[in-house]
This record gives sequence, C-alpha cells and structure tokens, in this order.
Amino acid sequence: MRIEARLRDSARRFGDKCALIAGDTRLTYAELDASSDRLAASIARRGIKPGDRVLMVLDNGHEAVVSFFGLWKAGAVPCPLYPSIKAEKLSVILTSTQASAVVTHARQRATVDMAVAMTKMQPLTIVAQADAGEDLGHGLRFEDLVSGEVSVPRRDFEDTEALALLLHTSGSTGQPKGVMLTHANVGAACEAIVTYLGNTAEDVVLSVLPLSFGYGITQVVTMVMAGGTLVLEKSFAFPRKILERLAEVKATGFPLVPPMAALITGMKDLEPGFLPHLRTITSAAAAMPPALAERLQQLFPNIRLFLMYGQTECLRATYLPPEEVSRRPLSVGRAIPGTSAFVIDEDGRPALPGTIGELVVEGPHVMSGYWGNGLTSVRALSPVAGGRRLHTGDLFRADADGFLYFVSRRDDIIKTRGEKVSPQEVERALYALPGIREAAVGGIDDPIFGQVVRAYVVVEDGVTLTEREIIRHCARLLEDYMVPKSVEFRDALPRTTTGKIRLGADETNTVTRGNVA
Amino acid sequence: MAEAIENSVREFIAENFLFRADAQVSNNQSLLESGVIDSTGVLELIAFLEQTYGITVADEEIVPENLDSIDNMTSYLSTKLAAA
Repeated sequence: MRIEARLRDSARRFGDKCALIAGDTRLTYAELDASSDRLAASIARRGIKPGDRVLMVLDNGHEAVVSFFGLWKAGAVPCPLYPSIKAEKLSVILTSTQASAVVTHARQRATVDMAVAMTKMQPLTIVAQADAGEDLGHGLRFEDLVSGEVSVPRRDFEDTEALALLLHTSGSTGQPKGVMLTHANVGAACEAIVTYLGNTAEDVVLSVLPLSFGYGITQVVTMVMAGGTLVLEKSFAFPRKILERLAEVKATGFPLVPPMAALITGMKDLEPGFLPHLRTITSAAAAMPPALAERLQQLFPNIRLFLMYGQTECLRATYLPPEEVSRRPLSVGRAIPGTSAFVIDEDGRPALPGTIGELVVEGPHVMSGYWGNGLTSVRALSPVAGGRRLHTGDLFRADADGFLYFVSRRDDIIKTRGEKVSPQEVERALYALPGIREAAVGGIDDPIFGQVVRAYVVVEDGVTLTEREIIRHCARLLEDYMVPKSVEFRDALPRTTTGKIRLGADETNTVTRGNVA
Repeated sequence: MAEAIENSVREFIAENFLFRADAQVSNNQSLLESGVIDSTGVLELIAFLEQTYGITVADEEIVPENLDSIDNMTSYLSTKLAAA
C-alpha cells in the first residue's frame, strides 16, 4: 500500500479523530485527507506530474505534513530539506534533482528566490503564510491551494515501487547524497516500527525532530498508520516548554536524540513521574550514554525506552527492546521485524560473535539507490530475496546472543546534535573565504551535543582573519548545525606522506563506543 | 539601565547571529520563529547573559517569555539585576 493510501484508510476509520496538532492548528484525519487532496489537485492542475521532485523548505508545521501527503497523492516525490539551508546549496539540489516545484514558508522565501535565480530553472514556488499584501511574483499561496473546491477528478496511484522520498544526507565526499526511498521502503520500515513500538490509535506522539530527516518523517507516517495523534513542535530550544507541552497534550510517546536527553536530565528540579501519560521514549541518531538512559528511567519510571540505530538509506535498521536496556546498555539491539542485520568479515562472510566487521542490513526497507549516482548505488547495494542488501559502512560487533554494538564509522562524518556533518563540506565553505590557505575540520567531544564542529585553518601571509569572521562566513553558506563552533589558527596542518591533510586524534575524537545511528 | 541592557543584548545578537547583511531584528520579534537563533543559539545566549551580567539563569527561567526577543531579554535582565 502506498503511503497516501494509509492516510485515506485512517481517514475512513478515524475521520473525526485528531491527526495533527501543530501550534494552534488542529487537523482531524478527515481534514488532513481533504486538505492534501486539494493540494494534490491544485498542483496537478498547475503541471506537477507523477515522478516530479518537489523540494520542501519548511519547518515543523501543518504545512509540511499536508505537503507530504498532497505530493504523494499527486504522484510526486517530496524532497524535504533542512529549513536553514542556504541559497547556494539549495541551488545545487534544485539543479541535481531538476525539481518542478518548491514549497516554502514566507520566512525562507528570500533564500528560495536567491537559489532559483542561481539556476536556469523556473520551478513553481509555493509560499505558506505569506502576508496578505506580499507580492509573490509567480509564486502561489499555499493557503489558496489547500482551500476551495477540487475541480480535478481524483487520480489514485498503485505503484509501490515508485519513489516516495528523496532525502539528502551528508556524504563523506562532502557532496550531499540523495537517498531514494520507495513507497514500499517507507511502508516496510514504518510498519516494522509500529509493530515493535506497539503503536495504537490511542497514541499521542510529540515530535521536535526536523521533517527533513528519516527519524522525523517516520513519526508522521507511523502515527498515520496507527491512527494516532502527532503533535509537532518546531524545536527543543526551550526544553521546559516542551516538557509542559508533553503534559498538556498528554503525550504517550516522545522521540528524542541523546542531546535532548542530556538537556532534560541536566534539569535540577524535575519530579520523577511528572509526566504520568508518557509510555514510550525512543532514541536514535547518536549514542545514548548509559548514565543518561538510567536517569531517564528514573525521571519517567513508567516508560519503555527504545534505543535504536538507523541510516537514511533504510530509515531504521535495529532496535533494543526496553527490557534489554539495563542488561546491554551499549547495544543497539537486533534487526527490526521483517528484516535482517548482521556483521560480516573482510571476506563478506558472517562474522563470529565479538569480531569487528561491517554491518549489513537486508530487507524491504533498503533504499533503491542514490539519486543520479548509478555507480555508488551498485557498490553499496545488491538485490536479495525480499528486498536489497545495504552495506552500511559502519563497523559493528555482535555478542553471543546476536545483539549488535556500534564500534565506529568508516568515514570521518561528524555527529553533532544527532545530525551528520561532512568535514569536507565545511572545509569547502572555509576554502571559499579569501585568505584561507589550508583548512581542516574535526569533531570534538561535547557533553551535550556528542561532538561539536571545530575548524583548523592556516591563513595566507599578511591576512588577518578573526574566529568570528570565519564563523560568520560559514554561517552564510552552511546549515546552522554544520557551522564550526570554534576556529583554531595554525602555522601548518599535519599531512600524510601523500600530502593529504590529516587531523590527529587530539583534533578529532571519533565516537568509538555505544549505540549510535 | 534598561537601555544599556537592550543595547548590549542587541549588539551580541547582531555580532553572533545576524549573518546575512540584510537581516534585521526588531525588539519584539521572536528570535526563534524568525530563524535568527536555533536550539544551540539559546544555550549560547544563556552563557552570554551569565558571563556578561554575572547572573545565573535557572532552568525554569529558560523560557521564551524571558529569552525569545530583545524586549523579553531586556525586561528579564532588568528584573533579575534589580533583585540581585
């Protein structure tokens, strides 16, 4: 079943039930179904065809959720991007995806216009929450597209092998990779998640996770499948507000990343059991330190804590059942239902327990490939019965019972705030600043964020650059989480015998223990 | 007093968060909603207030009503400093 069919199904079963709460907006299943129908009809009338890529530059609001379903209903492929993306990177993605449309918020419109101007393209621009008097040029108002009567007959799609998502993730080359997930992939991963979490129509899940990431998107799809209620919040900047909101909406589920757990467990005056409705906390995207897991269990004595591991390429790979957390606090568990995950040795054979090797994931949730890159797709992927095999590139070991433990990444991707940063992408931004002769970027261990991004630079003779100037320059080009938090000036950078810049262990601490995703 | 606080807060935000030349922020604008700061920005903001004014921002004071605009920060700081 395609993803939009799950919404139609839930709308039939739970029509008047609340599907989505975002700020002051509440949508029932019937309303979410109807608004996304209208969006689909409106964009189809304006030339968006099945298979067309549509970029979404939206923060966590009802417009993003309506857009996902509206695009699926039009047969289009949503490509959600981190909302603080800058114009240059956006123009690169516009060009590589040849997107037919961009859905954005009035606040990001200037960035989108700038990006479009850098290309030769003329995508349809759809702007949400524009002021009444604002001149949108050729742009369309999102609100106009989701209101009024639908004059185009509804067209249903059946093809579950069609693309459902094109998700951009940081690659070790510094170029973002477009992960292609089909409706079947997303459906398989989310069905497995609903099964092991035991989601039901009684669930109320509050999510602050960005909808440009797999972990954020699975919250939307799993709640729609279960007929539950999704509550979206824009960020975790004010943790206490989110804790109040969890109480107010009587949330039963709260997906988080370890930096959020660090902020919550760092608060002094929280009463254990202060959120009596909360049943489930999930954690993914980075290693959960066992001390934080223990503290969460104390603060929320009735919860089931799920530690999970995944990659954008398959959305979710493994989970550790709550009853195993105290016994194996460093494990990310075993394969999600209906899939397999195991460690292979250098010869490609299943590795013995305790032996370190690459984690391989197999199943119907594994992506169909990388956008526009046949070669990489072929190397990382191979067909197997019932799906595909993905070589994750992450080193793991298994214990005697088959529980998996993350050891390290093979590449030098930095994990900060649960998000992936490619050092090469940041270095490229640094080299774009006149006066920088050499640049290297590493991740430094941080008690809250896991790692923070640090830049090492050598400046040209006679050039004066301050740390602040360099950070400001990077902030003009990079999404906020990629911007270096500090800059160190050096006379020279360490090099390998082949002349490549190579940071030492002091300059970049790679995570070598615990569960990450 | 309030004016001095407002100026120093505004200067800190301009220096650390307003990277685009055309970016402007009015005194009552939500820094978070307008995308001026993000989650880590709030932590940087707190570190700045604690260092600059010698105050301790308690967990329960880390709320938008105190921190999410220049006006809110100015009145929060004024109250905090008057109580000290």
